[in-house]
Amino acid sequence: MKHSKVIFSILAFVALALFPLVAGKYGIDLVTKIMIFAVFALSLELLVGGTGLVCFGQSAFLGIGAYATVLLSPQNGAASMLWLLPVCMLAAALYALLVGVLSLRTSGVYFIMVTLAFAQMAYYVAHDTPLGGGTDGIYMTIKPVLGSLLDLDQPLTLYAFTLASLITVFGFLALLLRSRFGRALAGIRVNEQRMRSTGFSTFGYKLAAFVISGGIAGLAGFLFAVKDGYVNPELISWHVSGNVLIMIILGGIGQLRGALIGAFAFALLQELFKSDALFGDFAKHWQLGLGLTIIASVALLPRGLVGVPQQLTERLFGRSNAAGMAHGAEAEDE
Amino acid sequence: MDLITFLIQCLNSLQYGLLLFLVASGLTLIFGIMGVINLAHGSFYMIGAYMAYALAPIVAATFGGGFFATLLVGLALAVIAGYVLEWAFFSFLYEREHLQQVLMTYGLILVFEELRSMLVGDDVHGVQPPAILAGTLPLSDLMTYPVYRLFISAVCLLLALGMYLVFTRTRLGMMIRAGSTNREMVQSLGIDIKFLYRVVFAAGMAVAVFAGMIAAPVSSVYPGMGNTVLIICFVVVVIGGIGSIRGALLAALLIGFVDTFGKVLVPQASGVLVYVMMALILLWKPSGLFKAG
Repeated sequence: MKHSKVIFSILAFVALALFPLVAGKYGIDLVTKIMIFAVFALSLELLVGGTGLVCFGQSAFLGIGAYATVLLSPQNGAASMLWLLPVCMLAAALYALLVGVLSLRTSGVYFIMVTLAFAQMAYYVAHDTPLGGGTDGIYMTIKPVLGSLLDLDQPLTLYAFTLASLITVFGFLALLLRSRFGRALAGIRVNEQRMRSTGFSTFGYKLAAFVISGGIAGLAGFLFAVKDGYVNPELISWHVSGNVLIMIILGGIGQLRGALIGAFAFALLQELFKSDALFGDFAKHWQLGLGLTIIASVALLPRGLVGVPQQLTERLFGRSNAAGMAHGAEAEDE
Repeated sequence: MDLITFLIQCLNSLQYGLLLFLVASGLTLIFGIMGVINLAHGSFYMIGAYMAYALAPIVAATFGGGFFATLLVGLALAVIAGYVLEWAFFSFLYEREHLQQVLMTYGLILVFEELRSMLVGDDVHGVQPPAILAGTLPLSDLMTYPVYRLFISAVCLLLALGMYLVFTRTRLGMMIRAGSTNREMVQSLGIDIKFLYRVVFAAGMAVAVFAGMIAAPVSSVYPGMGNTVLIICFVVVVIGGIGSIRGALLAALLIGFVDTFGKVLVPQASGVLVYVMMALILLWKPSGLFKAG
C-alpha cells in the first residue's frame, strides 16, 4: 500500500473520531448511520472488489444479523454484547455458508440473480411469517451492553462503538486482502481458470470469502438494529442490496477506500438534495439531482470517486507518464 | 377448485406470463445482444403505463381520441425516445464494465421516477379499457371473464410471433443474431453495428412501453410499478437463459402459472415461490434453460 493511501485512511478515521466534538445530535446520528453503511459496503467490497463476485443478496445477511439481534435480546434486561454480537455475526455467516455453497455453482449474472433469490426468500420469511413480527417488524426494548463499560443506548457510545467496528473491519480486510488468502482471491477475480490450473481449490476460497462477508454484514445488521432499536422486512428488501452495490460502484471498485468513500458520498448526496434550505420546494424531488449526479459520475469518472486523484494527475502530467504510475499502483493493489 | 375457476386461473396465468414476456424480451435482447445490464427497463414499463393514462386526454384533443390512437402515439414516442436514449446514455457504455452500466442505469431509474412525479404526480390512477373490449365473456352461470384480458394475451402472442419471424426470416434479424455472437466480425462485414444497436434498443424500449400501456387497464398505474416488474423480468431473463427469446417466453409463462396458482393455492407463501423456483432451476442448470448460442 502506498503511503498516500495509508495517510488518507488514517486522516479519514481521525476526522471521524473528532467529528462529535463539532457536531450536534443530528450530525452524530447521521454519521453513525453512514458508518454502519460503510461497514456493510466493506462487506460487499470483499466480494465484488476482492473476489470478483457480484452479490445482489447482501441485504439478507444484514437483515439476519439485525433480526437475530432483536429476537435474541431478552425482554426484561439488557443482553451482553459479549455473546450477542458473535452469535448475530455467526447467524449471518451461517446463512452465507448455505447461500454460498449453492450459489457459487453459478457465475456472472446468474450468480447475481441466485444471490438475489436467496435474499428474497429471507425477505418473504420475515415479511409473511409471524417469526419476525411480519410487515410491522419488531422492537427491541433494552439495548445491549458490555458490562458497565459500554451502554449502546447512549448515542455517543454507539458512535464510538460503530467507528471502532468500522476501523476494525477496515483493518481486518486490508490485512486479509494482503495475505496469501487475499492474493488468491485477487487471482480468482482476474482469472479463475488459471488459478484452478495452478492448483488452487477456488471454490473453497470463494466460499470462505462469502462467509466472511456474510459475517461482516451481520455486524452491520447488529449495529443497525441497535441504532434504531427496531427491525422490519424492508431491511432485507432488494433495494438495500442495490443501494449498497451502488455505493461501492460509485466509490470505485477494487479498493477498500472506495467502499468508504462511496458510502459517505451516496448518503451525503441524498442529504444534500433532500435539504430544504438549499433547494426549497424542489427538495422533494431529490431523486432527480441524485440520479443526474450518478449519471454524470459514470460519464466523467470511469474509475469511481476513488480514481479522481489519479485522473487529475493524468490530466496534469500527461497520460503516458501517469498511466505508468497507475499501472504500478494497481499492481500493488492486487 | 372447480373446472371453471381452474380455467379462469389458467387464462390469468397466461395473460400475466405473456405480458411479462413482452417486457422481458426487450431486456433479454438488450442484454444478450448489446451486453448492457439495463436496470431502467422497468422504468420503460412504468412510463408506458403512465403514458396510457396521461396521453389519453391529449390524444383525444388532437386526433379525436381512442385507446388505439393513444397506443400508436405512445409507441411512436417510445421508439424516438429509445433511439435518443441509446445515443445519449448507452453508446459510450459498451466498452465499460458491467458495473458501470448498472450504476448509470440506476441513475436513470431515479431520473425517470422523479420526472414522472413532477409531470404526472404520485397518485395511483386507473385506466379504462376501450369500449369495444370492456365487456365480459360468460363462462358459466355465475363466472365471466373480461374480454380485455383475452385481448392482452392475443396481442402479446401476435407480437411474440412477429418477433420470431423478424429474427428468423429477415435480414435485420440475421444481423442482430450475428451481432450478438461476434460484434467485431459483423462490423468488419460492413454492417453499421452502432445503428443496429440503436435499433435494437429502440425496439426493446418500445416493446416495454407498449406492454406498460396495454397493462394499464388491468393493473392500476402507480409509482414504483417499474421496479417491481424489473426484478421479475430479470428472473425471467436468467431462468430462460440470457439472450434467448424462446427461453424468455417459456420462463415468463412458467412464472405466470407459478405466481398465479401460488396466490390461489398457498397465499401465505406466494411471494417466495417464484424465487424458490428460480434458485432450483439455476442450481439444476447454472446458465438458464436455453443458453443462447
